[in-house]
Amino acid sequence: MAQVPATTGEPATSSAGQFLIVQLQEEAFGLDITVVREIIAYVAPTPVPMMPNFVLGVINLRGQVVPVIDMARRFGRKPTTIYKRSCIIILDFSDDGQRQRIGIVVDAVNEVIEFSAQQIEVPPQFGTGLRTDFLRGMGKIDGRFIVLLEMKKVLSLEEMAQLVALRGTEIEPDEQTV
Amino acid sequence: MMIDIDPALQGAMETFFEESRDLLQEMEQILLGVETHGLEAEQLNALFRAAHTIKGSAGLFGLDPLVRFTHRLENLLDRIRAGQQAFAAEQMVPLLLACADHLGAYLAMLQGAEPFQPDFLAEDVRLLEALEAVQQPQPEGSRLPAPVSNRPASPVVQPADTPAPADQPQASQPASWHISLRFGVDTFRDGMDPLSFLQYLRQMGEILGLVTLTDQLPKFAELDPESCYLGFEIAFASTASKAELAAVFDFVKDSCTLHILPSHDRLPEYLRMIESLPEADHKLGEILVAVGSLTPEELQQALGQQREEEDRSGQHHPLGEILVASQMVQEPLVQGALAKQQQQRAQRQMLRIHAEELDQLVDLVGELVIASAGNRLRAQEEERELRVEAAVQVARLVEEIRDRALHLRMIEVNEIYQRFPRVVRDTAKQLGKDIRLEIRGEQTELDKSMAEKIVDPLMHLVRNAMDHGIEPAATRQATGKDPQGRILLQARHDASGILIEVQDDGAGLQRDKILRKAIEKGLVQEDQKLSDAEVFALIFAPGFSTAEKISDISGRGVGMDVVKQNIESIRGSIDIESQPGQGTTIRIRLPLTLSIIDGFVVRIGKGLFVIPSDAVEECLEYPQVEAAGYLQLRGQPLPLLDLAAMFQVEQDAGSRRNVIVVGQGSERIGVLVGAILGNQQTVIKPLGRLFESLPGISAATILGNGELAPILDIAHLLQHHTRPSRTAQPTSSS
Repeated sequence: MAQVPATTGEPATSSAGQFLIVQLQEEAFGLDITVVREIIAYVAPTPVPMMPNFVLGVINLRGQVVPVIDMARRFGRKPTTIYKRSCIIILDFSDDGQRQRIGIVVDAVNEVIEFSAQQIEVPPQFGTGLRTDFLRGMGKIDGRFIVLLEMKKVLSLEEMAQLVALRGTEIEPDEQTV
Repeated sequence: MMIDIDPALQGAMETFFEESRDLLQEMEQILLGVETHGLEAEQLNALFRAAHTIKGSAGLFGLDPLVRFTHRLENLLDRIRAGQQAFAAEQMVPLLLACADHLGAYLAMLQGAEPFQPDFLAEDVRLLEALEAVQQPQPEGSRLPAPVSNRPASPVVQPADTPAPADQPQASQPASWHISLRFGVDTFRDGMDPLSFLQYLRQMGEILGLVTLTDQLPKFAELDPESCYLGFEIAFASTASKAELAAVFDFVKDSCTLHILPSHDRLPEYLRMIESLPEADHKLGEILVAVGSLTPEELQQALGQQREEEDRSGQHHPLGEILVASQMVQEPLVQGALAKQQQQRAQRQMLRIHAEELDQLVDLVGELVIASAGNRLRAQEEERELRVEAAVQVARLVEEIRDRALHLRMIEVNEIYQRFPRVVRDTAKQLGKDIRLEIRGEQTELDKSMAEKIVDPLMHLVRNAMDHGIEPAATRQATGKDPQGRILLQARHDASGILIEVQDDGAGLQRDKILRKAIEKGLVQEDQKLSDAEVFALIFAPGFSTAEKISDISGRGVGMDVVKQNIESIRGSIDIESQPGQGTTIRIRLPLTLSIIDGFVVRIGKGLFVIPSDAVEECLEYPQVEAAGYLQLRGQPLPLLDLAAMFQVEQDAGSRRNVIVVGQGSERIGVLVGAILGNQQTVIKPLGRLFESLPGISAATILGNGELAPILDIAHLLQHHTRPSRTAQPTSSS
């Protein structure tokens, strides 16, 4: 996925708070703890055909069907490998007024860190290898920076659904009859 | 005006509003029927009851203006019912409809605690005058308005010397009546006194015998002094007619159980009474004897027979049944009485529940189905026969519970069609067109939650068809059509869903006009080649409206796109067929949205998928030798779709493949799958927004072992693979 330069300079206001630090392909990311619903051990999702590669499939979360996203793929990186400590983080947030529940696969969950407003810097325009609208800021701790993700953007259903639709139409021409 | 309402009453008020609206709906329906079928006594009674009930309840809540208005309406209806007033349909129907509307407005304002607007009050005055004007001069003083809510009730409002109607056969001689009376538990609370009714009754004749029933009295500790537990059996001699006697109890007639039987044909009527009263047979028999309405011999005989029967077969037969069996009464009479009684029971046993609670129940049952399927699976794995048997038993019961639970949510499409006759009638008048509405398939059932979402879109489509579709009578006549336009509303169950059609016999869609407009609006390019269906679909584009003149009826072009959105939001689809000069048909296809379906579990590649069973016509083994793309099935070419290829999943090499023939309407297609794993009940789980645009898959399901499987969207597969689409089929001519 190509990088899209940020067009809107949304100020990272009220970004302070607690962040769940997760490990993904040797890099740590911070997720706003308020959207994290629960963390479960990795279970293999049931694949759904014709989905873009960042959609791993769906899992049965106590009777509810929850899609699981490979965030690395969403970032345009190589697919996430499953390790012993891999887990699925279930996120709940409201997108467009609708409540959404989505799972993401991460290599490990490290800790919860609280960042004050002073500890969060405006994300750089480049250098993270991520679309700038995916970034909420850079959390500074012990002299290093942790990328804090704007999960609403990373998992923007509108955008992802568009990608799904695109893929759907892509497929139709090569649909084969036997 | 504002009315102060005790918060404790609020809940009851809500019920009142809801029930009153139902009653108004019923009134409206009857009145609309009058224009075509005339008015029958039963319907007139229903009209009267509706008005009476609204008045009575409004009185309880102290909604005086509403009581006042309804009272006048009730008066008129009562006079018609009593034959004192002719019913002139062309005059009465519009007036009564207007009154019903006005009552609806009353309810809306009271519910919203809105003040009455001047124009509303003007309408009030106008209608009251109209009600007055329509009444023919009265020969005698009509009954006075009833202050139902006032505390010490004195029901004596009728002149005591009411003459008996001349058609009463034994008018000169006091006839013997049996009055069986059970007061409602709220009688005191409603401000009524049983004694005053009896005293009033005495003015109309002579009480020959009276037994007070105290069976319902609870233990003293549990006795609520504000509740009424009393019942009376009265033998009564009077020259009054049955209706006059019944009128005595008018004020409590909704809350009490009242039977007035003429003594001379007592048995069949008794039977009905016996069956419908709460007391034990034995006790009742004694009462009947005590009031002298049944002979002791008859009772002894019947009771003896009952005991004998019970000893012999261990079965308890109701006394009434025995009375019939021993031919003390004639069978046909009893059958009639019983039928009526059944009907009354059914009516009484209607129950209102919250839709939300029902949804929770259905959700739970859904989970239960999964759990039960899992249970059965485990039992089968353990291979313990008794265990399996028990599990199968449980599964069967759960299935039954599921069916019943789902059925609770289903309503007949009729319930949403009900309001259409009125809309069509009014809109046609407004437009100055003559339009007839036909309704078919009103018994088709659909999920209530879906029904609610479909009403507005349907309403819009119907209005649209009337406004834009159907031409003025003159134009129709000029083109040789029936000057009366026709709108047809149809519903039926289709292979995997419900099909609702709105059909008009109007001018049809004008392809060129739509296209021109779309180009004007920049929706399509000028040089774009579009099929008819694609052009017609343009009217669903946001902001599109071809009407040259904006009218009140069908809005300002905000409609059709909203219609489409609403239907798609419940996983439905909409399409249009139109013939110039012959009319337009709009088809709405809805899923059953039952949260549970029967499904065929199949393997495609490595994954499991579910095909809704109701779309499956047959299963065949896949003959490897067939020509590509098609299969000869009983001499007909059947298009084949390889799902593994479509889904781009690896074919399971070596395993046998099967063809499942699926169909909907006249279209069918064979889908090529791997193994067929059998039929299973599955719970439909929505896949959510992310998967909304996914072609060919409508939802997911949780299998008995907890695994997920996508459900194939048969309608979509058919749509895209039976007709030649943009992606031209390779061998479409074979």
